[in-house]
Amino acid sequence: MGWLLAVCPVLGIIAMAMSLSHLLPVATSLFLKDGTTPVFLASMALNFAAGALLWLGTRHHQHELQLREGILLIILVWTGGALFATVPLYFGIPGISFTDAYFESMSGLTATGATLLEGLERLAPSINIWRAELQWLGGMGVIVLVVAVLPMIGVGGRQISKAEIPGPMKDDALTPRMTQTAKGLWIIYVVLTVACLAAYRWAGMSWLDALIHSFTTLSLGGFSSYDASLGYFNSPLIEGVAAVFMLLAGVNFATHFLVWQQRSLAPYRRDSELPYFIGVLAASVAMITVFLQVNGVYSDWLSAFRHAAFHTISVGTNTGYATVDYNLWPVFAPLWLMFLGTFVACSGSAGGGIKIIRAMILFRQVFREFDKLSHPNAVTPLKINGQVIPNQVVLAVLAFFFAWLATLVSMTLLLTLSGLDAITAFSAVVASLNNIGPGLHQVGPAANFSVLSDFQTWVCSATMLLGRLELLTVLVVLTPAFWRK
Amino acid sequence: MKIVILGAGQVGSTVAESLVSEANDITVVDTEPVRLKRLQDRLDLRTVTGNAAHPAVLEQAGARDADLLLAVTQSDETNMVACKLAATMFNIPTKIARIRSADYLSHPEIFSPENFAVDHSICPEQILCDYIVKLLEFPESLQVLEFADGRVSLIAVKAFHGGPLVGREIQYLRSHMPQVDTRVAAIFRQDSPIAPEGKTIVEEGDEMFFVAATGNIRNILRELGRLDRPVKRVMIGGGGNIGRRLAMAIEDRYEVKIIERGKTGAERLAAELDNTMVLSGDVTDEELLDAENVAEMDVYCAVTNDDETNIMSSLLAKRRGARKVITLINRSSYVNLVQSGQIDIAISPAQATIGTLLAHVRRGDCAVVHSLRRGAAEALELIAHGDAKSSKVIGRRIEQLELPKGVTIGAIVRRRDKSGGISKGDGDDHDVIIAHHDTIIESDDHVIVFVVNRRMVPDIEKLFQVGVNFL
Repeated sequence: MGWLLAVCPVLGIIAMAMSLSHLLPVATSLFLKDGTTPVFLASMALNFAAGALLWLGTRHHQHELQLREGILLIILVWTGGALFATVPLYFGIPGISFTDAYFESMSGLTATGATLLEGLERLAPSINIWRAELQWLGGMGVIVLVVAVLPMIGVGGRQISKAEIPGPMKDDALTPRMTQTAKGLWIIYVVLTVACLAAYRWAGMSWLDALIHSFTTLSLGGFSSYDASLGYFNSPLIEGVAAVFMLLAGVNFATHFLVWQQRSLAPYRRDSELPYFIGVLAASVAMITVFLQVNGVYSDWLSAFRHAAFHTISVGTNTGYATVDYNLWPVFAPLWLMFLGTFVACSGSAGGGIKIIRAMILFRQVFREFDKLSHPNAVTPLKINGQVIPNQVVLAVLAFFFAWLATLVSMTLLLTLSGLDAITAFSAVVASLNNIGPGLHQVGPAANFSVLSDFQTWVCSATMLLGRLELLTVLVVLTPAFWRK
Repeated sequence: MKIVILGAGQVGSTVAESLVSEANDITVVDTEPVRLKRLQDRLDLRTVTGNAAHPAVLEQAGARDADLLLAVTQSDETNMVACKLAATMFNIPTKIARIRSADYLSHPEIFSPENFAVDHSICPEQILCDYIVKLLEFPESLQVLEFADGRVSLIAVKAFHGGPLVGREIQYLRSHMPQVDTRVAAIFRQDSPIAPEGKTIVEEGDEMFFVAATGNIRNILRELGRLDRPVKRVMIGGGGNIGRRLAMAIEDRYEVKIIERGKTGAERLAAELDNTMVLSGDVTDEELLDAENVAEMDVYCAVTNDDETNIMSSLLAKRRGARKVITLINRSSYVNLVQSGQIDIAISPAQATIGTLLAHVRRGDCAVVHSLRRGAAEALELIAHGDAKSSKVIGRRIEQLELPKGVTIGAIVRRRDKSGGISKGDGDDHDVIIAHHDTIIESDDHVIVFVVNRRMVPDIEKLFQVGVNFL
């Protein structure tokens, strides 16, 4: 097990860096005097000390990380990060259990947005800032993970996100060095966050609310500082701002990066996912609007459109903000929203689920089989944007999809076994696995995950992690081959 | 004229053969002595063995006082380097290179005099592909050739039994379709030309060449009762250079299937083509053709690089019910064998492409040359320069010209506003005048001339050359 030690110093450095992230809630609590300063300072110290100890103890073992070590590191960053992030929540929120605090922090770091806290507006502002910041950091981490790290490992057909950046800019635009790429992506992420912050403020939020919500919008997380989520504001303007930034954040950040680097909108045109992302969402908005109106849910077309559009974008991009209890809509509509949430987000965004590129590959593979049946001699490569997707990538995507489906089924069964009703269990798993946030029924947008038992909460926490790290990354650690020398 | 031809392949040989008979001094350069030997045995020309892109070889080939360099080796790079050398070291005035790579062709600036110094680039595959595309557009014709940027077309049609013209005089055409202006440029009966006159009676099986404004082609074909239903489904046999280009050019217009034998070749094709069904298999595989519904095909094009395969697969496709088959045949002896049999149209790549080269070789200002009937006949687009004093054609009625027998002036393209600059584009400012005996040729007219026998070409060139007193 000696090779494991190489992971530790890196982990230590990350932990020390993460302790810096406490500065924002510390500053907030000092400024607003909400009394949580000692909690955050203690947590910060703990975080830093643990990181420093880890680093000091193992720094002689440091070497260039191998593939397996990289995978392990990713998993430890998310599980360990969630553990450390739990500390301020556990001590800062009165009466919370450790299970619930861990769930909340995992939901934050995976940018899921499912919460089991009630009375969010009564929490200390610094706690809410902390929750939002976790999502923001998690979103940032995941973007770098999916754009720069996973393609190198090739998890679940992730190579495609590299292969499908079209044409001559494939190599030179997204810079060859991972650190450079990460820096570029983060700049885009920060710039968009600042823009979102300004837009929210302009639309009428307080600075604090604007900060919290811009954090959770850009990461497609969906935490809010109000139980009623964005519905608290009841402002079409704010909903509009949120929708625009959710859409922006749902696009591949590598494409944003290219647009910024080339100072031209051409990369948007060449992005193979974008037309489907926009197309599927637009068609769904139209359909849900008509559906709501036909069923007489709202009195006029305008409000039907307003709520249909907002929730389609919110759930479709895996953000999970809600302004009304869409659980009360006729059941087709919320189910459709959950369905969108499983695949609509673009690869390279902080959204979860299968991702639209994988959905495109799966879809085309089906038609490829049809072609093969009627024309046995036909040569039918699977093409995305004119680029042929190698069969081995298609197979990897199929494997990913199977793992995704298997997780969905087994976790749902596990939850029903523990006594949850079918819709709640299913929607809780869908919402966790795809990092959407709210589910339906008992875990719907008006309620929250607090109804779950401890066991069920842990199942959901694990599902969120699985979904966030693209399943195979986590599942591979469970295989004996991974641990073999 | 002193001409250096680099490369003795398919194109090089055909060009050499075609030019050698026109009193040109020709030197052919190739790396393969065997190929040169074969050429030299047949034709009166000089050969040099060596790399065409080496200065010493060019020097030896007489580049120093050559008038024209034709770089048609297999390699684009060799051709380009040779042109550059020809420009910097030997000062050859006209340099033509065969460039196949679309990548080079998309950057025309690299051919400028200060760069690779290629005056004209030709791509035989592309010319051939365009040729077939035209045929698909007018499936009832044997040949469609364009002049004056596509404003005028020459179409070849076979008079069939029961058609409106068979058994009638040509002048009946005018009363039969008074609204369409056209002219019969030539008639070939049993492979020998007949000078078409008003009183000539059309017989079944005659191959008639019509000259008309391009927009009128469809009307003419309709009046001749030959308008088939338009082509919808096309099958291409062979996914090589030509097949690939052809599929790319037509895949958005027709339903296209392409058969390629090699597995890797098929995969590459499938990667490049978007709307074409790529099939991996043999073009002479009856079962494959049947399974892929060759019977439903409007046109089957056999374009592999093997004559026999093309012929066999075309015959097979025709037997299996393809409406029309087009076959690529390199060997001219085969063309004669199959043309009037089951194969509807046999295309000789060399004949289809040579015209483009000939246009640059001809004396006088010659915009377009199309070689017809396996090189026996030619259709030219000549530009009349000078004025009534210096030119033998300008200011005269067509009936006054001393045209050899067998030469027909088919049409004239005239710019409407002569004061304006050079205009490109849709041809709005050009008139297409179908030639009649009293049409007067003006300065800068583009005159489309049909010559039934190539031997008469020099006379025509002379006729259109500007006299000395022009200077």
